[in-house]
Amino acid sequence: MSRVALGIVAVAAMLLAAPVARAQSAAQTAKDAASQAPAAVRPPPGGTISAADSVLEARTSALASTLRCPVCQGLSIQDSPSELAQQMRSVVRDHLAAGKTDREVRAYFISKYGEWILLSPQPYGFNLLVYALPVFLLVGGLGFVVMKVRSWTAVSANGVAAEGAAAAIAGQASEPEQGTASPVD
Amino acid sequence: MTRLVAVDALWFALIACAVGGIVAPIAIARGKRQWLPFAQAAVYANFALVTIATGAMMWALATHDFSISYVAQVGSRATPLFYTVISLWGALEGSILFWAWVLALYSAIVVYTNRNRPGNLVPYAASALLIIALFFHILLVGPANPFHLVSPVPLDGPGPNPLLQNHILMAVHPPLLYLGYVGMSVPFAFAVGALLSGEAGSDGWIRLTRRWTLLAWAFLAAAIIAGMWWSYEVLGWGGYWAWDPVENASFIPFLTATAFLHSVMVQERRGMLKLWNINLVVGTFALTILGTFLTRSGIISSVHAFTQGTIGYYFLAFIAVVLIGSAILIAGNSDSLRTDGRFDAPVARESVFLLNNLLLTVFMFTVLVGTLFPLVAEAARGVKVSVGEPFFNRMTLPVIVALLFLMGVGPALPWKRGSIEDLKVKMIPGTIVGVILAAIVLLLGTRNVYGVLAFAFAGFAGTLNIGEYVIGVRARRAAHGESVLTALRRLFGANQRRYGGYVAHLGIIVVAVGIAASSTFRTEREATLKPGETMTLGKVTARLKDVWGRNEPQRDVIGATVELLAASGEPYAVLSPRMNIYPMSDQPIPTPDVRSTPFGDTYMNLMSFREDGSSATIKIINEPLVPWIWFGGGVICLGALISGWPTRRSA
Amino acid sequence: MNWRRASIAVLGAVPVIALFAWGLTRDPNEIVSPLPGRQAPTFALGVFASGEGTLARPVGDTIALDRMRGQVVVLNFWASWCLACLDEHAELSAAALRYAERPVQFVGVLYNDVAAAGTNWIARQGGQAYPSVLDPGARTAIDYGLYGVPETFVIDGAGRVVYKHIGPVSAALLRMKIDSLLAASAVAPAAPALDGPR
Repeated sequence: MSRVALGIVAVAAMLLAAPVARAQSAAQTAKDAASQAPAAVRPPPGGTISAADSVLEARTSALASTLRCPVCQGLSIQDSPSELAQQMRSVVRDHLAAGKTDREVRAYFISKYGEWILLSPQPYGFNLLVYALPVFLLVGGLGFVVMKVRSWTAVSANGVAAEGAAAAIAGQASEPEQGTASPVD
Repeated sequence: MTRLVAVDALWFALIACAVGGIVAPIAIARGKRQWLPFAQAAVYANFALVTIATGAMMWALATHDFSISYVAQVGSRATPLFYTVISLWGALEGSILFWAWVLALYSAIVVYTNRNRPGNLVPYAASALLIIALFFHILLVGPANPFHLVSPVPLDGPGPNPLLQNHILMAVHPPLLYLGYVGMSVPFAFAVGALLSGEAGSDGWIRLTRRWTLLAWAFLAAAIIAGMWWSYEVLGWGGYWAWDPVENASFIPFLTATAFLHSVMVQERRGMLKLWNINLVVGTFALTILGTFLTRSGIISSVHAFTQGTIGYYFLAFIAVVLIGSAILIAGNSDSLRTDGRFDAPVARESVFLLNNLLLTVFMFTVLVGTLFPLVAEAARGVKVSVGEPFFNRMTLPVIVALLFLMGVGPALPWKRGSIEDLKVKMIPGTIVGVILAAIVLLLGTRNVYGVLAFAFAGFAGTLNIGEYVIGVRARRAAHGESVLTALRRLFGANQRRYGGYVAHLGIIVVAVGIAASSTFRTEREATLKPGETMTLGKVTARLKDVWGRNEPQRDVIGATVELLAASGEPYAVLSPRMNIYPMSDQPIPTPDVRSTPFGDTYMNLMSFREDGSSATIKIINEPLVPWIWFGGGVICLGALISGWPTRRSA
Repeated sequence: MNWRRASIAVLGAVPVIALFAWGLTRDPNEIVSPLPGRQAPTFALGVFASGEGTLARPVGDTIALDRMRGQVVVLNFWASWCLACLDEHAELSAAALRYAERPVQFVGVLYNDVAAAGTNWIARQGGQAYPSVLDPGARTAIDYGLYGVPETFVIDGAGRVVYKHIGPVSAALLRMKIDSLLAASAVAPAAPALDGPR
């Protein structure tokens, strides 16, 4: 029993830790993305791209993936092949090159297009709901499942002890029917 | 003429559904079973009549009968016949007609194959199907009537939406989607039948329902994958899934149906989760109607959404009826839906199924909340917000990784009572494969947490599922001395449902690997080339040969011919990314060209061009393992086919 | 019979249904621009189509928002490939001519298009009364939070965006907006804006 609880807790911990890990990695997005950059943006043949350029490119694409393309519903300006999206991408690049922070660039686009331009709602105030509700359901659901499994197995343990023992013995014979060894039947 | 036949057929179908839908309940209530054949007849009549109406529409489309409003809306003399006929599902009214036809087809098959089944379950289920059909017929003679008379008759029409006449997959994806979506009506009808006939507590209806759910599920899976493929081949951004509301609408019921296919096994074996399962069936159906509502009412903006009208209110009323009616029916049967089984031990396959259902429900809920949140935020704050890819990726990737983990653990655990020690032993090869895959992915340079985790757990789950075949084949060989192939074949024969299920698992793992690889290792490059110039992306060297233009009856086409060069400088492939310019559309529709190999695609898009042909801007995207997604979709369907193939033994 | 559970389920459905019913009254594609009420983004763009008569500006001249303080500015984004722009073209020219003697400046901004296509288009429409400028890289369009063309902005004498119109605009609507701005500046001489261009 305690084992299954442990297993569930482990899965839960993994699930809950993941967004945290993500949040941490988000802080390092630029750095991470920068390390990928040589693959993402090949230097032109013969030419070279300086480290600063590839950092800029990586920051641009990371930021551009969070901004919504106004003419092609649902796609980011990083993904969209549309002309406006390409131009907005170059605005992002220029702003970053001019030394603005990600937050400032985002604020610029919000001031022009409204919050609508962000593909992921800003995580504060009312918007927290959209992040919190699934987590509540997960935590509540895990609690419910643990409770149910506990009560269902408790009944079985509570029943006649002999039944459990008999089942264990019979299990040797009957289990292959439904258990792992069924391929032989 | 065509118009009158079709309109009359629809009105008669409406009457047949209305009468047939109430005959069975009345007949059963009054003990007049001799009336029941009328309900059956209504189902067949409805199928015949809707077939006439649908055939009439296809005929009208093919013959350019612009006196019919739908033809005047989507038809055009210049459009090739094939695309004209499939524009039956290219706009709102035609798609509702097609929906009604698919529903009529399912109803007829359900009633025919169960015509000798005793009891009241099937008559009630037929009633439910007829009432659902009645709703669609009301739409067809009311707000979504495709057969309005147009006067004066126009000489030509604008043609279908350019995006919908740009690719052959438009002939595949929508029918599959409807077969999947509408197919979920059948389990729902059985659930209603079981609730009304008092059979909800027994397992008969669930066995009947299971295979129908599997069929609709497989169609839905195929439709989702085909939709991804269409998006990839047509939209020109090199991706296949954008978490667009319409994509989500097809995905949400798929998740609840997946949950049902697993939890139903717990009910069959242990007599448990009855209430949960019936809720999943009802919920899946309600979610298909909700998805249709979202895409047909214009309530949420989306690439694929059709134009709006009053139709949204009809759907809303129908959703309300379905939800309230089901809630009352389920409450009325709460005694027979009470769980009477119990678990032998916490560590057993049952528990994994519970967790799997929890995660699938959380997954479904996350996508649903994210899809509806813009509406909620606008209602609450008066501000429009977007919920798109970054949100969905962040929120669902942990769940997906956990599901992959369970997909490996579940098959490795026996029913009733498992042991942690056995499980640990079984998990060793999977863990090794997972760790190796993670290491390889890390060495290849990615630092994306979920990319690494997805590869690791896909490897883990894949190994454990394959391991089940190995164990089974070994056992057979030891017991019967069969050859490997015979043993494998008999393994499937002896337990097709279980081993078919593992095939579906492997399909999903293949899809997961394809998605993980293509999103983690995608590279792209854009360059403006003059004819003769080359550009390089990774191992791909491309040379622009020329830029050309061509007039087709329904559109103008601008294209670039680009050669892919081998190391020797010899071209080994030619790609022709194009832009199609339709008269009724502001912007050109990009048409990428793709060269596929088993290990990845070279995806090429024409971004812009000089009108004199002196240069073109080409974007090349290197898409590793993307074909695995389409292949995996096929494997999923194969698994469902093996699993659900009717045999005398299981029938 | 578990009526309690049933009523909870029904009650849970009510707000969702209500939300959808409310949502059906909204247009999902209508996104409120944050610009009206705020200072208009500045621009200085080169003329490629001169306009006609007294409104004409030489090709190559720079039109800058900063130099138009005190004037009502009507900024219209358009393109030669834009079908809806055909509908509003005559209305815009008519409105521009109507206010030719007043402190009102109409400016067309060509969006994602080349100058040659723009001048051809103007010629085919029989001319355009006011000058049009080029917007390289769509920088100004993005500054104005453009979704598509046509979009029209009305800017007051103090350089504030007063109104944004999406889709083809009508002369009557423009007249209403411009008249109210002119009237407001007439009754408020205490805050005279700077003089017109240069």
